[in-house]
Amino acid sequence: METILLFAPLVGSIICGFGHKMIGEKVAMGVSTGLLFLSAILSWVMFLTFHGETEIISLFRWVESGSLSTDWAIRVDRLTVIMLIVINTVSALVHLYSWGYMADDPQWKEGESYKPRFFAYLSFFTFAMLMLVTSDNLLQMFFGWEGVGVASYLLIGFYYRKPSAGAAAMKAFIVNRVGDFGFALGIFGLFYLTDSINFSEVLDPNTAKDLSKQTFMFLSWEMNALEVVTFLLFVGAMGKSAQLMLHTWLPDAMEGPTPVSALIHAATMVTAGVFMVCRLAPLMEYAEFTPNFIVFIGATTAFFAATVGLVQNDIKRVIAYSTCSQLGYMFVAAGVGAYGAAMFHLFTHAFFKAMLFLGAGSVIHAMHHEQDMRNYGNLRKKIPYTFAAMMIGTLAITGVGIPLTHIGFAGFLSKDAIIEIAFAGGTGVAQYAFWALVVAAAMTSFYSWRLIFLTFYGTERGDKHTHDHAHESPLTMIIPLGVLALGAIFAGMLWYEDFFGHHYQEWFGTAIYENHATNHVVHDAHNVAKWVKVSPFVAMTFGFILSWLMYIKFPTAPAALAKQQSALYQFLLNKWYFDELYDLMFVRPAKALGVFLWKKGDGKVIDGGINGLAMGIIPWFTRLAGRAQSGYLFHYAFAMFLGLAAIITWFVVGGTF
Amino acid sequence: MENLLSIITFLPLLGAAILVVFLRGDDAYAQRNAKILALVTTLATFVISAVAIYSEFDPSNTGFQMVENHQWLAGLNYKMGVDGISVLFVMLTTFLMPVVIGACWTVTYRVKEYMVLFLVLETLMIAVFCALDLVLFYVVFEAGLIPMFLIVGIWGGKDRIYASFKFFLYTLLGSVLMLVAMIAMWMEAGTTDIPTLLNHEFSYAPMTVLGFQIMGGLQTLLFLAFFASFAVKMPMWPVHTWLPDAHVQAPTAGSVVLAAILLKMGGYGFLRFSLPMFPVASELLATFVMTLSVIAIIYTSLVAMMQEDMKKLIAYSSVAHMGFVTMGIFTLNQQGVDGAIFQMLSHGFISGALFLGVGVIYDRMHTRDIDAYGGLVIRMPAYALVFMLFTMANVGLPGTSGFIGEFLTLLAAFKANTWIAFGATTGVILSAGYALWLYRRVVFGDLIKESLKSITDMNTRERLMMAPLIIMTILLGVYPALVLDIIGPSVNALLENVTSAQAAAADAVPAAVEATVEAH
Repeated sequence: METILLFAPLVGSIICGFGHKMIGEKVAMGVSTGLLFLSAILSWVMFLTFHGETEIISLFRWVESGSLSTDWAIRVDRLTVIMLIVINTVSALVHLYSWGYMADDPQWKEGESYKPRFFAYLSFFTFAMLMLVTSDNLLQMFFGWEGVGVASYLLIGFYYRKPSAGAAAMKAFIVNRVGDFGFALGIFGLFYLTDSINFSEVLDPNTAKDLSKQTFMFLSWEMNALEVVTFLLFVGAMGKSAQLMLHTWLPDAMEGPTPVSALIHAATMVTAGVFMVCRLAPLMEYAEFTPNFIVFIGATTAFFAATVGLVQNDIKRVIAYSTCSQLGYMFVAAGVGAYGAAMFHLFTHAFFKAMLFLGAGSVIHAMHHEQDMRNYGNLRKKIPYTFAAMMIGTLAITGVGIPLTHIGFAGFLSKDAIIEIAFAGGTGVAQYAFWALVVAAAMTSFYSWRLIFLTFYGTERGDKHTHDHAHESPLTMIIPLGVLALGAIFAGMLWYEDFFGHHYQEWFGTAIYENHATNHVVHDAHNVAKWVKVSPFVAMTFGFILSWLMYIKFPTAPAALAKQQSALYQFLLNKWYFDELYDLMFVRPAKALGVFLWKKGDGKVIDGGINGLAMGIIPWFTRLAGRAQSGYLFHYAFAMFLGLAAIITWFVVGGTF
Repeated sequence: MENLLSIITFLPLLGAAILVVFLRGDDAYAQRNAKILALVTTLATFVISAVAIYSEFDPSNTGFQMVENHQWLAGLNYKMGVDGISVLFVMLTTFLMPVVIGACWTVTYRVKEYMVLFLVLETLMIAVFCALDLVLFYVVFEAGLIPMFLIVGIWGGKDRIYASFKFFLYTLLGSVLMLVAMIAMWMEAGTTDIPTLLNHEFSYAPMTVLGFQIMGGLQTLLFLAFFASFAVKMPMWPVHTWLPDAHVQAPTAGSVVLAAILLKMGGYGFLRFSLPMFPVASELLATFVMTLSVIAIIYTSLVAMMQEDMKKLIAYSSVAHMGFVTMGIFTLNQQGVDGAIFQMLSHGFISGALFLGVGVIYDRMHTRDIDAYGGLVIRMPAYALVFMLFTMANVGLPGTSGFIGEFLTLLAAFKANTWIAFGATTGVILSAGYALWLYRRVVFGDLIKESLKSITDMNTRERLMMAPLIIMTILLGVYPALVLDIIGPSVNALLENVTSAQAAAADAVPAAVEATVEAH
């Protein structure tokens, strides 16, 4: 069953990508969608019947060299099955949704075949993501890690006619590679220190315990082995999960078609970093610096991305920054040692964020691919189902629920859990995280409601013709929204006890490891003061009221505020100027250095030297050679045979044979 | 069956002889016959080599196998044989040559001579990897360059003279030094038999030359002489500048042979001579070589990024990839050497395919300027797909063969020196930079250039040439054991010899120093 589940998307991708001319577009798309639904059903069966024991299925050998030995294998444990349902459910629904969304895409000319290619990429992405989460060693994880990177690259660049899409695709791949640089070094380090990269050894708590007592020379400094390795691995997670400093690719990735954003850049791929930290829990547990660093980066990202989300006008970019911010929440949880809570938010977030994206896609579809919210307004009557879905998504992400109970939308349970955990974390950095996350929660509420108000309320803005023709999306798009809505409403309440209840450790079994000597954060989180538990609710309400005042009650206020606080507004609108800074710090110097090394290094210094030498010799050769054309070739042959003659003479005269 | 290696080696030469003797005329019919005969010859060579090696070669035996030994002229020996290190290079050569001949199909100028040169070249290249006698090795190693000079010099682009001259100057320096070193080796060991030399311990007592104290003595000097030759062939930084020029001027098939096979002779030389024969010097100079390798990776990747000519870009990327090879070899551990060999084989397929890819559009547009292209995906979807695959293989995507070599060499480098590993790993970022930027400028974008509006997708011949390379790239990426199982035992034996020689030297040197002190 595991093997079928894993390879069905690959088979679908190949059939759809290469066979669509033979079997027809519709059939090809049907095959890939059908196989994905098969995978999705199998994953739910696995999830619901999973017994808690780790199971490893070896497929065949991969890289073996000296003491390094890695297999292609499927590792099934609680973490894996959670990821399986997230990936396959969202992927199957996105496949279905794409039938409607991609039906007549204005980016393409009459008669161009683009749909099978799109479905093939989607299915390929799913396969790579499944390889990532089912891996039993760091190498296969790296395979999936880079595989999803390629799929993401191809899908961001899907509209290849647009130069901006090509640029965004490239940026995504390269920024991710910066992260992978860390990930790869982490793998090398781990192998150097433990002589293995298989999870059976790496995830053994004793390995981590030993490493935490060792030091080794990294670069020129003697450093703690465990801290170095975990830090490097986390750099990989920062790249994939778009955390601060390596986040710049995610907003640009919105160049891809919207279903892609929902699947890859909201629900699955970007959460791979969180999954990785949870998977490597035993290592993280014994490290000290790295988990604190994770908390710091997570909290700062949550705050930073939320501030930028406040002012964006492109509907997809708002949601992209929101994703970035929510990933920060997950990292905070993982960093303080509440891996279950991190996975819980990952799980619920997948539903409501995928739905928000697909809902946004439905709006964009209705509005003839207009993405600027300044041109929306008053759409709730025209696209009622989409409106309902977006409403549910917003209630879920802002965390609406009844305070001090476990009744509420998905985000209410998982996000608030993380805020409580941050407070219970105890350390200074966890305190910082708590306040950053509460403020971010207020901002999340503000920008989410701003999106709703600008899109569905107020007056119709922008092109009148477009507004007149705004229409509800077809059933293939509405059904996925409905299914995800169920998740956004109930996923939190249904699985709260499993992920974050008092017996969550039994549920996770051996999949996550907590060092009970030092880690009792989840227990503490259940017992935090009431004001802490209520604080996210207060923040959320504050954000909602402010948003309502600014976009419903006094619609002229935002423009006035932007004008009054012009510097701050520009700072946020330009995303804290990260892109400009990186261009100045990395891109331009690299290009300049490239030109310098090429023209001066290769040209002046190396070739200059050679030419100087050559100028002395060429005339000599041309004099000798009858024809200047290729005369020296024969001289080379001549010189060589002279040498040979010399050596033979030497032998013969030497007479030793 | 005896003489299998000789049959494999000389079959292409036989084909060349038949062409020279029997084929007359230069009309289209004769040209076609020349190409077909060359193709049949290379295919037959491949089939025979595959069958022979599959049935005769035993990977678990780490010695030389399929050995032939005959008296040659003037008391010299013709000795051939393969071990786990060389056997796959023979296979690489015979595997790629039919593809290379396929790439010659559009040539119309002096076709017979062109085919003859490639067939002669194949014989010489196979002989390099099989030669077990120093003199034989030297002859075929140097002679192999003559057909290459002629291919660039006669069928090349408009600056072909400058390019071949540069190539020649570089190579001359290296080969003169190597010749001197070989004579010195013969003087010390009294034989030119490579298996015997592998067991000979060259002197490593410190010596003084022109007032300089030389650590590792004779071994260091010999090592450096060989190094001069192999470093040029690889090519390593800073003696790499002949390669971009040679590639730019070479015809497509010439570029493929150059990148895919000829560059591997340097790496093979390090493994056959430098490491096992001069283990003490190798250890002394390992950090030096690895440092040069890392400089090559970073330097040439940055330079590659700014190129405007597609072939030059790929040539610079080849230098960077060869940097991983030299780095891997001089980590002196199993993963490093395994990875280096793997990287060489894999680079044979990937760079071969990339140069073929450039050839495909060059044949149509007669320009290699990146700026002249853009939006090819719209008219050439199959080409876009193939080029994407090899772009990704070139940046070392897991699942392609390009990944395994890079991963293993970097893994090994981390053991040897973390600074080296750190520097070299930046190569994974930089390679993504130049490769994807190239792809974006050539294949993505809208097709707006008037000249490209009628460009056609790959034809059947071009697809057939790419197919074997695609299969190998993915097959080796997913199941590298096909290679690692064959090279593993021999590499292990090689490294054991190297370490034991180094250990012996470490014990002996203090003793020798004491002896000298006492003598005074």
